[in-house]
Amino acid sequence: MYIIVIGGGKVGYFLARALLDEGHEILVVEKSPARTEFIRNELGSVCVRGDGCEVATLTEAGTGRAEMFIAVTGEDEDNLVACQVAKHKFNVPRTVARINNPKNEAIFKELGIDVAVSSTNIILESIQEEVPTHSLTHLLDIRDKGLEIVELKIPADAKTVGKEIRELSMPPESRLFLIIPAQEKPRVPTASTVIQAEDQIIAITTPQSEEALRKALRGS
Amino acid sequence: MKIVIMGCGRVGARLAGLLDIEGYDVTIVDTDAYSFRRLPAEFGGNALVGDGMDEDSLRKAGTEDADAFIALTQGDNRNVMGAQIAQHIFKVPRVLCRIYDPLRRELFNSLGVEAFSPTTIFAQMLKEKLEAGKEEAK
Repeated sequence: MYIIVIGGGKVGYFLARALLDEGHEILVVEKSPARTEFIRNELGSVCVRGDGCEVATLTEAGTGRAEMFIAVTGEDEDNLVACQVAKHKFNVPRTVARINNPKNEAIFKELGIDVAVSSTNIILESIQEEVPTHSLTHLLDIRDKGLEIVELKIPADAKTVGKEIRELSMPPESRLFLIIPAQEKPRVPTASTVIQAEDQIIAITTPQSEEALRKALRGS
Repeated sequence: MKIVIMGCGRVGARLAGLLDIEGYDVTIVDTDAYSFRRLPAEFGGNALVGDGMDEDSLRKAGTEDADAFIALTQGDNRNVMGAQIAQHIFKVPRVLCRIYDPLRRELFNSLGVEAFSPTTIFAQMLKEKLEAGKEEAK
């Protein structure tokens, strides 16, 4: 697959390397001469110097035959415009933009970018997972269905410890589908499963019910 | 009529001044408070420190009920992004935008952004001036 990557910073460089390893044909477009030189030395002649938002540069890069276009510069506005040029001028079927300001995720979708990846959110979530007091972790967002898969940990002092699942007031859109106890093997919960301290619970819910689910499972 | 201007450079500040005199309700947004020195001393509108590409800053500037939005920063891409947020997220009825790069202007015009390229307009104007002068000289 021919893939064009805009931006040869850390993300662009490692992405290009990974895509090359997978056997794709790639081209990195990078503004800075020094970075262009670096990528050429490391990866071979897969990097051109230029502005990834300029039609002339993208024409030269053969954007018309690209199947995927990924913009990963450090500036949200540059990523947006590069993807819009690729999509509307060159009809690239799939455009992916990195966003730094998490608020831009919905905006980019609205403006026609196929996938917006919030690097800030990803980093925040991975760090939050490591913070023991953080009670709910997003594992997967199923955006087109408005659902999400989350993980919750039951603290030792939760009011729900020792209760059966049928006793909990679960929000309607939420379902628990796996309980991983601290000592025993994981099991699929039933109505009579008893909540224990330190249980890890995997559930499906909606962004609106997330807070209600957390309250139902922890009792506070 | 309420107008939000993004970017308080020479053009932004001047336009804000002109519209203010005409009695429009003007809010000008810039990331740099120092840029507001360019506003005329008698400017009666609002000057707000904020990023014209940030949804919350735009909301603070009253973009939700603005009748017009004009993007005039130094960056083409910033202008395009601010203009599209105003148009598609805040549904501002009239959105104008400066894009220096003529090719990019064409593309975004075709995407429904009312964009102007000072590059094209000024080059055309200079050519006309020059030719008019030549006619007179004859």
